[in-house]
Amino acid sequence: MSKERSVVRADTVRADPAQSDAAQGDAAQAGRAHSDGAHHTVGAHAEEPVAAASAAATASITDEVVAANPLRDPGDKRLPRVAGPCVLVLFGVTGDLARKKLLPAIYDLANRGLLPPGFSLVGFARRDWQDQDFAQLTHDAVKEHARTPFREEVWKQLSEGIFFCPGEFTDDGAFDALAMMLKEIDQTRGTGGNYGFYLSVPPKFFPVVVEQLKRTGLAHGPEGSWRRVVIEKPFGHDLKSAQELNAITSAVFPESSVFRIDHYLGKETVQNILALRFANNLFEPIWNRGYVDHVQITMAEDIGIGGRAGYYDGIGAARDVIQNHLLQLLALVAMEDPTSFEANSLRREKEKVLKAVRLPQDLAEATARGRYGEGWQGGEPVVGYTQEDGIPPDSITETYAAIKLEIANRRWAGVPFYLRTGKRLSRRVTEVAVVFQRAPHLPFSKDDTEILGQNALVIRVQPDEGITVRFGSKVPGTAMEVRDVSMDFAYGESFMESSPEAYERLLLDVLIGDPPLFPHQREVELSWKILDPIEDFWATQGPPEEYPAGTWGPASADEMMARDGRAWRRL
Amino acid sequence: MASFMLSGTTASKISSQLTQLRHQMGTPAVGMVLTLVVVSDESNQYDAVRAATEAAREHPSRILVVIPRDPQEPNRLDAELRFGESTPGEVILLRLYGELTKHADSVVGPLLLTDTPVVVWWPGDCPDVPAKDSIGMLAQRRIVDARSAADSVQAITGRARGYVPGDTDLAWTRLTTWRSLLAAAFDQPVGKVKKGFVEAVPGHASALLLAAWLSERLGAPVKVSESAGPGLTAVRLVTADGDISISRGDGRLATLSRPGQPDRRVALTRRPTSELLAEELRRLDPDEIYEAAIRRLARTHKS
Repeated sequence: MSKERSVVRADTVRADPAQSDAAQGDAAQAGRAHSDGAHHTVGAHAEEPVAAASAAATASITDEVVAANPLRDPGDKRLPRVAGPCVLVLFGVTGDLARKKLLPAIYDLANRGLLPPGFSLVGFARRDWQDQDFAQLTHDAVKEHARTPFREEVWKQLSEGIFFCPGEFTDDGAFDALAMMLKEIDQTRGTGGNYGFYLSVPPKFFPVVVEQLKRTGLAHGPEGSWRRVVIEKPFGHDLKSAQELNAITSAVFPESSVFRIDHYLGKETVQNILALRFANNLFEPIWNRGYVDHVQITMAEDIGIGGRAGYYDGIGAARDVIQNHLLQLLALVAMEDPTSFEANSLRREKEKVLKAVRLPQDLAEATARGRYGEGWQGGEPVVGYTQEDGIPPDSITETYAAIKLEIANRRWAGVPFYLRTGKRLSRRVTEVAVVFQRAPHLPFSKDDTEILGQNALVIRVQPDEGITVRFGSKVPGTAMEVRDVSMDFAYGESFMESSPEAYERLLLDVLIGDPPLFPHQREVELSWKILDPIEDFWATQGPPEEYPAGTWGPASADEMMARDGRAWRRL
Repeated sequence: MASFMLSGTTASKISSQLTQLRHQMGTPAVGMVLTLVVVSDESNQYDAVRAATEAAREHPSRILVVIPRDPQEPNRLDAELRFGESTPGEVILLRLYGELTKHADSVVGPLLLTDTPVVVWWPGDCPDVPAKDSIGMLAQRRIVDARSAADSVQAITGRARGYVPGDTDLAWTRLTTWRSLLAAAFDQPVGKVKKGFVEAVPGHASALLLAAWLSERLGAPVKVSESAGPGLTAVRLVTADGDISISRGDGRLATLSRPGQPDRRVALTRRPTSELLAEELRRLDPDEIYEAAIRRLARTHKS
């Protein structure tokens, strides 16, 4: 008999964070105390000045808007949050991200009526283009990748506000032209001096772009208008570089105007972790060391490094994925309940739990790394990492990383968190599995429960978004045989249509100025403090262990679990 | 898509047939978030089921379509069960004959999903007080549509009389895009509105509601005047600095004008019924803003 399976669909549940633009207590990055000697104690005593602005004291701009706008009413839930008049300036328009995600997301927002009339999009790139060339690129990107159907009238609205500014980042003239152009757009489109700058470019260009924005006075608007800058990962490759990178942006933009995009946080399921934990009474009582045995957080990819050799080599799986996505997932799963879903409260709880993360004493025993060799992935032969174009044969970069972390607080002491990520694994899946302890006593004979595993609650992040609960159930028949079954909640296929892309949500939040879903610089730095000792250790260990492509990673990762008497979930 | 007919049947036979069919299809899943009861006559049934199934893509639901037939015939219940690829949920068409037409609740009751919300939609004619209707009593949310009434103006101005929290009218839902655009226009400071005008084709229920909402929120008189359409064509609000206006001549693309700023064009399409229904199913709590609008309309409208 196969596993019984019941599917429970539910309406799109969304942890709707308080719709507020908490004026961020500008995080003075003054006391950047870190690394207090104890090499494996991460941020244990790192005292940082917590953003002063308390939740009560911060004025919520959105609430003010509601008060000033007679047509808005907190009870009027049909009216969506719409961004105010503004211009989005996109640097790096020709990149993959812009074409496949950002431009389609902008169209989808317009299609859902969430962009203000007059919204304008300015592309900036080193191309000899006119406005219409960029409009054409946008048109094609939208047609190919947008989630919602193409409608001529929406495109008309959008295309009237598409502009292009050609130039190099080092060219003062180009940025002067950009400043002029923006001023003109304010006049002709009524965008009120509100600009968002999306830096979809490699971090090495940040200094020059940010400097240009400062020089041309674009970084600071007149009273009553806003300027925001959006940056993408990687936020550095270790603590030091992350701080340097931050110094560049924070010298020009206040922390409250910097939006760091971790697109995982825009996903419905990730936001649903908050709803699951804090809107229900069912899970919280068992969400602690009294019942949880361990937690596994996995992000597996079936693809290789593709064309990203230049970026990937020297970075590796841990820096690429664990530092940002997996540690953010860990923070959301492990944090205490925030006093509200305002950015400050949410970030404070995430920081607390990241500060409490401890590395095991023996890193050789508690980490594993590997890189894919030749093999078969999903029915196709694929090359190994060192045979990929642009990868030096003596590379020691890992494409698989697994680490064990502990959280030193009352809730989690003694509960290991296992994080793993890899490329060219058997299939693409991202999930958080909370695995519970076995029942303290089983009033059945040993034979009856031989194949009974541990109860688990699994938050499936992608591709099949949803939640699975695994528990034991009696197999029908005269004998008392107990076996694992799973119960599914699926955001499922039927919701795909209406479930917005992560970038839609995040772009809208940028334009509205709603920061809870964006990691703060302090979180970025705390994550590097967790990862840096591991990277330092790995750097001394030579090339990583090879695993055949299409499998579930190196043997050492399985041994690492076996030493604790546990095993990875078979995904 | 699988379809199954039952003639001269009962609710419990339908129920067991459903369970059996689901097992055969290999999906013994109850994956639905609500029950949507559609009360419709045979002529409106096709369009209503279509819209409801499309809305079910966003809100997987069991759709019960109640079709009263000839009350003179002997009592009989015929059922048609549909589910499969095109619908995430299930559609059950119930045709009621004879005295049974007056006791539809006895069929609908046992077929409701357990412990999930119930929504009733009357795409055509509706009872005067939906909440007192025998099927309406089963539901948390009761959707009617003034546009399909013989006299839309009379229908919408009379809504306040039978209002019970949980009632809503698609004439109100059609306004959401307009209201959203107006609200966005007011996110930037606007001086005190002195008076306003709403233009639409004659006898447009939504236009009356929009005017009532605007005057309720702005504390200014808002007049409805006639235009050639299609549907709602313009809103104009007079302030000390000049007029704020939204005009839409083609039912698709609108122009937003405000004093001291360039005109801007914005997509403002008339939405199909399935989208209106999907919006209704998104929030199932009472809509107080709608209540305020129909109450004002009932007070101020002179027929």
